[in-house]
Amino acid sequence: MSELDLDALIDDPGTRIIVTCGAGGVGKTTTAAALGLRAAERGRKVVVLTIDPARRLAQSLGLTELDNTPRAVAEVSAVNGGRLDAMMLDMKRTFDEVVLAHATPEKAEQILANPFYLALSSSFAGTQEYMAMEKLGQLHKQAERSGDWDLIVVDTPPSRSALDFLDAPERLASLLEGRFLRLLLAPARGPFKLMSAGVNMAMSVMNKVLGAQVLTDVQTFVAAFDTLFGGFRQRAEQTVALLREPHTAFLVVAAPQNDALREASYFAERLRAESMPLAGVVLNRVTGTHAPDLSAERSLAAAERLEESDKSPLTAAVLRLHADKMQQVVGDHKRADRFRRGHRSIPTVEVPALADDVHDLTGLRQIGDLLTA
Amino acid sequence: MVTGKGGTGKTTVAAAMALSLAEQGKRVLLVEVEGRQGLAQLFDVPPLPYVERRIAQGPGGGDVFALAVDAEAALLEYLDMYYHLGRAGKALDKVGAIDFVTTIAPGLRDVLLTGKVYEATRRKSHGRLAYDAVVLDAPPTGRIAPFLNVNHEVADLAKVGPIRNQADAIMGMLRSDVTRIHLVTLLEEMPVQETLDAVGQLEALDLRIGSIVVNMVRNSPLDDDALALAVKEKLPATEIGKGLRSAGIAVSKGLVATLVAEARDHAVRVGLERENRDRIDALGKKVTTLPLLPDGIDQGALFDLAEELRA
Repeated sequence: MSELDLDALIDDPGTRIIVTCGAGGVGKTTTAAALGLRAAERGRKVVVLTIDPARRLAQSLGLTELDNTPRAVAEVSAVNGGRLDAMMLDMKRTFDEVVLAHATPEKAEQILANPFYLALSSSFAGTQEYMAMEKLGQLHKQAERSGDWDLIVVDTPPSRSALDFLDAPERLASLLEGRFLRLLLAPARGPFKLMSAGVNMAMSVMNKVLGAQVLTDVQTFVAAFDTLFGGFRQRAEQTVALLREPHTAFLVVAAPQNDALREASYFAERLRAESMPLAGVVLNRVTGTHAPDLSAERSLAAAERLEESDKSPLTAAVLRLHADKMQQVVGDHKRADRFRRGHRSIPTVEVPALADDVHDLTGLRQIGDLLTA
Repeated sequence: MVTGKGGTGKTTVAAAMALSLAEQGKRVLLVEVEGRQGLAQLFDVPPLPYVERRIAQGPGGGDVFALAVDAEAALLEYLDMYYHLGRAGKALDKVGAIDFVTTIAPGLRDVLLTGKVYEATRRKSHGRLAYDAVVLDAPPTGRIAPFLNVNHEVADLAKVGPIRNQADAIMGMLRSDVTRIHLVTLLEEMPVQETLDAVGQLEALDLRIGSIVVNMVRNSPLDDDALALAVKEKLPATEIGKGLRSAGIAVSKGLVATLVAEARDHAVRVGLERENRDRIDALGKKVTTLPLLPDGIDQGALFDLAEELRA
């Protein structure tokens, strides 16, 4: 069981991309922001890509408008020569930009107005993950070209399962390269007679159910998209390849609850299977106390004694609070230990729970200190 | 309809609502639509098929049936019902058409899912309604308004035809007096903000809010005066030291300071929770609170929550 040294990670000029991932609600975004800030104040030129930050966290980074472009975060100490930019992902806009960048204006207009494109770019489950990857690819290219940044910290979309992030591009690609779409495209490319009777029947039913316009829309969209990208899968694979390179470090964030730890295990196993570089696991928001010797049981018993004898209700109340706390402390540590024992080869770092949400740079610096304590 | 941000316990609350209705002797259908078998996990039964199956009985003679709606199966069922497709449906499925249509057209997907709820609320058996109530474990708050705005979702997709008519009928039901949307939240910033946003979006669609369910509430052992002192870390150390000694606990200076600091953290959190509660109350909706169950959620806990909901 080894300790995860995050200062060594962010100080290493070979670390160019850090991806924070984990189940929803474990503090991924805060961890990404805190690490980005710390790296910047230690001299790195950092851009943080957040997906869906809490309002107060967004404000602390100066992210008041969602314009899909990195903006400098004010009040970051530049004494070590670093800087911090931050941005919030706008998935539809990112998708639109991809279309605009790769198509003739005429064709782009056609795609952007297509109802299927609208559905796909705004509400398909997986588009957000895919666009986060796309944006990461863009930032990486820009960083290589301009030297604006030497470290990209990217947060992954909130999802029930941390694995969605790795699976979404493939899902989107297989949808757009699926058999049915190939069949739909066939008439646009070759003689109609090549289509089998089964497909003809399928088309006729679809026409009846959805109306003829719908299938035409799908066909135009797919045809336009297909020539545009020359294979969606290939593009997805390129971005995923970026994540396999040694300059990338995955950081799995997990709160010490069973669900989150289970997700973290799945994710760690998956990263290994995909040969993706896992730097370690942040065990986040672990409840701690400075009075571990006063157990929950003794604390409660003492509170009850005081209540029975009607002495100092205030002391009884603080003892009850401590008893609650100790129950959490014991539970959190038990679960965190179990996780560490089950994953001996994975470096971990434990971050204590704070009473208040982080809402300014001071709070983020504090998290940064805790991450590297 | 029960919605809530991920992690707020919306599936648990939906199940508890279904149970509380069953305890009043009703036949209830509990439906999930997100394909993650949350109900099976909650009730500790094998994954639910696309078949209505009884998963719990209320002591008052009612029943809870559960159904995991799957958009693809619903589309095949729909095609069969209206077009008597039979084998042709299978052919469609085989070329990937069903998968494709339900994936690439999220609007259609939602119409199929809400359509199943619509069908279940109207279904007759032996001359009476098959179910007295249908409880839907709906998509999360971030997606609930578009999910229920079925009319709009298919507007671009199907301008005429059976899907259009179906969407109109579903929308009619959703806006009528039989439908209520309950939003589950915790007293934390993000879930509360999403709840406020969702209420605004839903009301703009003429949909009716039932209640806001504030989940996992912990009561503070400190009264308001003590909380006010605790926040400033000004709880009387001497009194606490004396109290501890009289309860037979050996007192070090560090212990009292730790307890005071822990009380401060607690008071800060209570303060944040109250701010969030005020934001919920400002909506002017019915608010129901459910306690945090320290031992986690099992069937017994669901019955406890069901009782709280009825109270």
